[in-house]
Amino acid sequence: MALKIAVLAKQVLDPEMPMAAFRIDDNAKRVVPPANIPPVVNGFDENAVEAALQIKDSQEATVTVISTGTEFALDVMKKPLSMGADELVLLQDDAFENTIDSFQTAQLLAAAIRKLEGFDLIICGRQASDWDNAQVPLGVAEILGVSCVSLGKKVDVVEGKAVVERIVPDGFEVVEAALPALVTVSNELGQPRYPTLRGIMAATRKRPTVWSKADLDLDESESEARVTLRQLFIPISDQECEIIEGDDAADSGRLLALKLREAKII
Amino acid sequence: MADAAGVLVIGQTSGDGLDSTAAELLAAGRNLAAALGEELSIGLLGDTLEGPAQQAIAHGAERVFAVNHPLLGQYQPDLYVAAMDALCREVNPRVVLVSRTPEGRELAPRLAFRLGVGLAQDCLEVSMDESSGTLLANRPVYGGNAVAVVSCERTPQIAAIRPKAYEPTEADGSRQGQVVSFPVELDSSQARTRVVETVKEESEGVKLEEARVVVSGGRGLGGPEPFSGLEELAKILGGAVGASRAAVDSGWVPPSYQVGLTGKAITPDLYITVAISGASQHMAGCSGAKCIVAINKDADANIFKDARYGVVGDWETVLPALTEAVRELMDS
Repeated sequence: MALKIAVLAKQVLDPEMPMAAFRIDDNAKRVVPPANIPPVVNGFDENAVEAALQIKDSQEATVTVISTGTEFALDVMKKPLSMGADELVLLQDDAFENTIDSFQTAQLLAAAIRKLEGFDLIICGRQASDWDNAQVPLGVAEILGVSCVSLGKKVDVVEGKAVVERIVPDGFEVVEAALPALVTVSNELGQPRYPTLRGIMAATRKRPTVWSKADLDLDESESEARVTLRQLFIPISDQECEIIEGDDAADSGRLLALKLREAKII
Repeated sequence: MADAAGVLVIGQTSGDGLDSTAAELLAAGRNLAAALGEELSIGLLGDTLEGPAQQAIAHGAERVFAVNHPLLGQYQPDLYVAAMDALCREVNPRVVLVSRTPEGRELAPRLAFRLGVGLAQDCLEVSMDESSGTLLANRPVYGGNAVAVVSCERTPQIAAIRPKAYEPTEADGSRQGQVVSFPVELDSSQARTRVVETVKEESEGVKLEEARVVVSGGRGLGGPEPFSGLEELAKILGGAVGASRAAVDSGWVPPSYQVGLTGKAITPDLYITVAISGASQHMAGCSGAKCIVAINKDADANIFKDARYGVVGDWETVLPALTEAVRELMDS
């Protein structure tokens, strides 16, 4: 039987956008999407796609990418398909707003996973570059009651178990988890593969499955937000940088050392 | 939950003692408990807790819940979440504080979901709205480009606090507190994951998180070799070497070198960055540094916004000259 893998992926504002383009709407308490800068698939989620495809490279597996939001840039969200994923499921509804609350998002994704009759392995990026919550994957694991391993840099399935190289502060540990399992991955997993021309062609032909709120079996009592955003602002740095300038670059280096000594820092 | 009261810190132990992050949480928790006029307690998980329990009292815990179990002697997330869940349901606190350590990163969200409550993640500051008993948490979002103030809707209100965001409380051996044994039923079959191998990959010498001086390199170094130059300077200053995510992603140094939002949070007295542009995700890991020095050839690089001293120039020339001059100063 082919291994059934899900990847949870989020569409986010491009975190590499220039700072000048980063603006906040104070009243709406949200970041204003910059014009002319398209959204991207969250970077860690691309690592998750890569992790899934590495497994698919070595054994029979299907990879389904699931995302939730109010609207999608389809060409952006099709990138995992062009990298080699098999299916794309979009949970799209005006009610699925991208808020700082992880609780509702995890409920939606868990409901979709149930509707898809579960997966052997669910791979997620460690956190999304917008709210940096790092909660949704762990929440999905809790809701579904599956094994959970966080911060993988290598993921494999061997003899019916997930085997994960998990990052710890002084190196890594190899963790075995019973399936079904959810694993979060980090950038240490390595550069996600580039879509091939063939992959891009195949992705163009594929149509995502789109489900709205009515298509999901959601427990209303579990649909209230648990975290409320009260304020959102851009922090102001009051740091003044003193530029050390010598006759040339080497002289600047020497003067810097003297300055640090003078300031009793070294 | 009705009649919830008090602030419960979930503290980590390290070796025979209390981890410094637990003392940081007690510092944060003390303000909240005082504002509420309620008790500050701590839950400790492990198999030998007498030492940490006494230290927690010295650091300001009024009551210690010692969750003693042989299966908690080694960290295992499923068992730890189960024990924390049982403790929170029994103690019924108004607020729970967890440190966003490598363990807390995974435990806090799982605990929140198991309790069906909200978690304010990765907070730099927490305060109490006394009239409503609402916890207000400041947390960086969008890679540190913005700050969000959030509150949690259910009880307990849980906050995961970034390590080193708070200064630990001073230990005072004269403080009095009560140690309560909290029995918990655990079964090894609850553990769904198992560590089968541990691989150390850390640089030798001073630990990055503890170093007083850190010298970090970024994408602009162009390869792994220049890191030996950084090591030389770090060695003279008794410091450690770190790196930006770009340098780690390029494979120039192991992941354990990474400073930043998803790497290590460091608080050295002196942080020297070499060819690092200073993306907010990197700065999130070094915002606690007392003095940041930037060497970058791009005068518009973001790093100069956060640096105290800067040199605009090519690191290949600046770094050797700086290193030589520092060596002379340190020898004299």
